[in-house]
Amino acid sequence: MSQNYQVDNQGYYGPYGGAYVPEMLYPNIMELQNNYLSIINDVSFQKELDELLHNYVGRPTPLYFADRLSKYYNTNIFLKREDLCHTGAHKINNSLGQILLAKRLGKTRIIAETGAGQHGVATATACSLMGFECDIFMGAKDIVRQAPNVERMKMLGANIVPVHSGSKTLKDATNEAIRNWINNPTDTHYIIGSVVGPHPYPDIVARFQSVISKEVKLQLGKNPDYIIACVGGGSNAMGIFYHYLDEDTKLIGVEAAGHGVDTPMTAATLAVGTKGVLHASMTKVMQTNDGQVVEPHSVSAGLDYPGIGPQHAYLEEVGKATYHSVTDQEAIDAAHLLARKEGIIPALESAHALAYLEKLVCFKKDIVVVNLSGRGDKDLETYKTFSDNEY
Amino acid sequence: MNIKDLFKGNPKNLLNIYVTAGYPRLDSLTEIIPALAEHKVSIIEVGIPYSDPLSDGPTIQKSNMQALDNGITLELIFKQLSSIDTEVPLVLMGYYNSILQYGMERFVKKCNEVGVSGLIVPDLPIEIYLRDYRELFDNNGLSNIFLITPSTTDDRLEMIDNHSSSFIYAVSSSSTTGNNKKIEGAEEYLQGLNSKNINTPVLVGFNIRDRKSFEFVNQYASGGIIGSAFINHISNSKNLHKDTSVFVQSIKN
Ligand SMILES: Cc1ncc(COP(=O)(O)O)c(C=O)c1O
Repeated sequence: MSQNYQVDNQGYYGPYGGAYVPEMLYPNIMELQNNYLSIINDVSFQKELDELLHNYVGRPTPLYFADRLSKYYNTNIFLKREDLCHTGAHKINNSLGQILLAKRLGKTRIIAETGAGQHGVATATACSLMGFECDIFMGAKDIVRQAPNVERMKMLGANIVPVHSGSKTLKDATNEAIRNWINNPTDTHYIIGSVVGPHPYPDIVARFQSVISKEVKLQLGKNPDYIIACVGGGSNAMGIFYHYLDEDTKLIGVEAAGHGVDTPMTAATLAVGTKGVLHASMTKVMQTNDGQVVEPHSVSAGLDYPGIGPQHAYLEEVGKATYHSVTDQEAIDAAHLLARKEGIIPALESAHALAYLEKLVCFKKDIVVVNLSGRGDKDLETYKTFSDNEY
Repeated sequence: MNIKDLFKGNPKNLLNIYVTAGYPRLDSLTEIIPALAEHKVSIIEVGIPYSDPLSDGPTIQKSNMQALDNGITLELIFKQLSSIDTEVPLVLMGYYNSILQYGMERFVKKCNEVGVSGLIVPDLPIEIYLRDYRELFDNNGLSNIFLITPSTTDDRLEMIDNHSSSFIYAVSSSSTTGNNKKIEGAEEYLQGLNSKNINTPVLVGFNIRDRKSFEFVNQYASGGIIGSAFINHISNSKNLHKDTSVFVQSIKN
């Protein structure tokens, strides 16, 4: 495993990370900090997780050479098909890992937040599989715009808790999940859905998602020139960057610009954010001068988040990865292009990574890997609305 | 009065009332604080409104949102406090990010200027306080007030006790503020706490809402902290002076 750019023994990535938790959560966080590595590194744990990833999720996911898209952009584009994971996105890699962790910690109840609903569906699935009770916190606005996933979670037996506070999206769903954890500290494990939150969560989620780059390394045989992934909290990006942190592959994260980074309607945290604490982690945050977290905007519920994982904040600061952003419209256009060129409908989140291909300056001989983090069935309504309005 | 001086002579039955700055109206502090002082509240805890108050339940969340909508800022809170003259020790309660953005040094100086002598920052762990800010607090006579909970271990309690200079805030149950748990459920915890050798006076908060629950915690600790119940009481207040007076009188004589 790569040691560079990883969390230090205090829980930080350079100046970012840490665990700024209220005292009420201190025991929970200590329990995780003290146990997660020995549990995750245990051979029987790895065997159980590997088997699930193989037989249940369908891993390894293909690394697909997108021939027509490559010709269109005049380069060599491979798509890492996380959209083909059971439940339709990379999120299941983390949910299964964490539910096995919860089991070994002796927990009986699971809570999770969700934005696009993919992490909620993945967690509801893991809970059904393992016989856990689960409550999923979801912003009222996201419940409307990601309706198909709400129905899936319900059918899987999860209890959906609508969140009406604040922006009614992912940030407030996360707040409510943390508050619920404070109120249920002993029996409950919180399965956070991205590389965010207090230490050790960013490291836990990164490790469970690192299977993505582990596979790409084996599948490609040589290092690609570029790896591109969308960044909400940053879990699919960290998963596909993970085993390349020691290589010279150029790592590119793509944030959601929304209407544009020079407008207030954006979710591009690294572009407009400043250092601050969000969800108990020191990271970059979209906030006012007075430290109030501002409401982000992205057409994509999974990227509509005013923070970012602390490891990404660090990778940007030291220049190990670069971060760019694309607008709502650019992402929608990229989704349509992929549908027409390759017969694949991507998730709106993943469409942001694809849209960056328009801006990437590369050679014909270059190898570009794009993380296709999820499939787009959940977004058909949005794609349709945009087509009706804009075309 | 500096909060440290309040505890000389080990007083009992101390009542600490929490109020969200800028709530229900932008300048409500200027009415509420004098009314609380008039009725001999022991400590006034002023909440700094924050967009993401992680350890607060719906009542205080809503008061935070309304205060922010009213236009409250930290700068304005300091300005309002500097215009109020009171003998009652003032404590600020706020989340770390608010203070971080203002600048901790600037913040501490400002507290000093306006007569705030205690600070509660629920999401600033003691380890980080000790590493980064202890000297600054000590040099400015500001006392950091730590939370403890029923699951705080003895070792950690000892560390917190050793670094407390006014009081320790004991959370009566592991929860966010303003829930409906019965304070009597904390009896065993409070008894246990009482039997430990804690040097710092303890005030109990969470789930205290009326005279009965206040008197209950006074059996085991130096006093109690009331937040959500007071916020609920003044939420639609047309006469803050009167409603504040009525509330305090309903708790203590
Ligand atoms: C398909 C897909 N991709 C990406 C994301 C963004 O999350 P992250 O940045 O953690 O990968 C989401 C979140 O819901 C998602 O559903």
